[in-house]
Amino acid sequence: MSADAGTAIIGGGIVGLCLALGLAARGHDVLVLDGRDADMRASQGNFGLVWLQGKGAGYAPYGRWSLAAVQEWAGFARRLQDLSGVDLALRQEGGYEFFTDRAEFDAFGQDLHRQAAALGDGFSFELLSHGDLAQRLPGIGQKVVGASFCPLDGHVNPLRLHVALRRACLASGVRLAADTPVTTLRALDRGYEIAGPDRAIRADRVVLCAGLGAATLGPQLGFRAPIRAQRGELLITERVADPLPFLSSTIRQVDEGGLQIGGTKAESDRDSESTDQMAVLARHAVAVWPQLADIRVLRSWAALRVMTPDGYPIYQRAPDRAGAFLVTCHSGVTLAPLHATRLAAWIDDDPAAPDLEAFDERRFALS
Amino acid sequence: MNAASHFRDAPGMAPRSIRMSLDGETLLARPGETVAAALLAQSGDATRRTPVTGAGRTAFCMMGVCFDCLVTIDGRPNVQACMTPARDGMVIRRQIGARRLGDQP
Repeated sequence: MSADAGTAIIGGGIVGLCLALGLAARGHDVLVLDGRDADMRASQGNFGLVWLQGKGAGYAPYGRWSLAAVQEWAGFARRLQDLSGVDLALRQEGGYEFFTDRAEFDAFGQDLHRQAAALGDGFSFELLSHGDLAQRLPGIGQKVVGASFCPLDGHVNPLRLHVALRRACLASGVRLAADTPVTTLRALDRGYEIAGPDRAIRADRVVLCAGLGAATLGPQLGFRAPIRAQRGELLITERVADPLPFLSSTIRQVDEGGLQIGGTKAESDRDSESTDQMAVLARHAVAVWPQLADIRVLRSWAALRVMTPDGYPIYQRAPDRAGAFLVTCHSGVTLAPLHATRLAAWIDDDPAAPDLEAFDERRFALS
Repeated sequence: MNAASHFRDAPGMAPRSIRMSLDGETLLARPGETVAAALLAQSGDATRRTPVTGAGRTAFCMMGVCFDCLVTIDGRPNVQACMTPARDGMVIRRQIGARRLGDQP
């Protein structure tokens, strides 16, 4: 009996579609199985940052991996726009991290020094006092004690990224199966059986890109998959004609004019908003940029981050047999260019692929 | 009744005693009407232009849902005309594109 797919990717979010695109470009027959509309979808609730500053300060491999990703984003966006016809609205002109707490500012500054020591020449950043900042951004709030700036940081329209990936995948011969949840994974003598409530298929290889779903699917193939949900909340404001003169990790202007305000973190697997967190976000935005005080909030939502214990990705081959992989991270937008290229090569065991042992999930067994 | 409007007055309606302005021109309303009702009674023309494509729109759902009736009222941008009772002396401007930041007009 022949397989229904060469490679089945479980999960049609940004991570799964990037990998599908990369594997299709390498000549594989790829089938993406995506879940129900009502499933948790980090790819549809995220903030859209292409972000480097602070990443991997405590873990150089993650810093280097993130640096490569932000360096490759512009080329990746062009490739994706060519394949899909969708403008991703990538703006990569640098980003700020604003602080209203002196101790937090100092601690983050030390993180950036450590990150710079690990990354060398490719990375640069600035630490700006309130006075420096007020010269560069005259509208900055009095409560902001300082800021960091990294010229490599940027943002993208994450919903258009998702649409572009779907179109690029289809144009590259990837098959997308929507509304196809997966509940059971089983290793066969050759290949894998992938089953859900509606149907079962066979594939030679299987890659788990199921976000939070990997926590229950992963152990069926011998993965540890230590993944948990972390809730983040977001506000969307009415559109504003004036360009906001900065991008920060918590306030960004969408290409169509509205502002997105976010950045809360709560250990919870419920994706419901809370008015107290919405108020925290609104107060933060006004503290950073007082002119936002009378801008109306139109929508809010909560979404769940896909977190590993240390926050770094897991790229893992199945421990006992060939052809099964676990791929998970919480920075699916930032890392997209690498997932569509180098990670696909790693899945293929290409000699030119990077060594990703630093992202092996067995690191969690050591502590 | 105004010839440009798609609406006709029912018999026996109270006179339009509330005087407002729309981009400098007089706009009348009856007590108890919303600004959107007054706009539709005057004309079916666009009272806003959308921020992204510039398409013309005016009041549609009349119940606070569609946001197609947005206008600037007394300097406050993006106000839902269908949720705002008409008041004497209101200064209303068509909402052309996105609002400005801060107090810029």
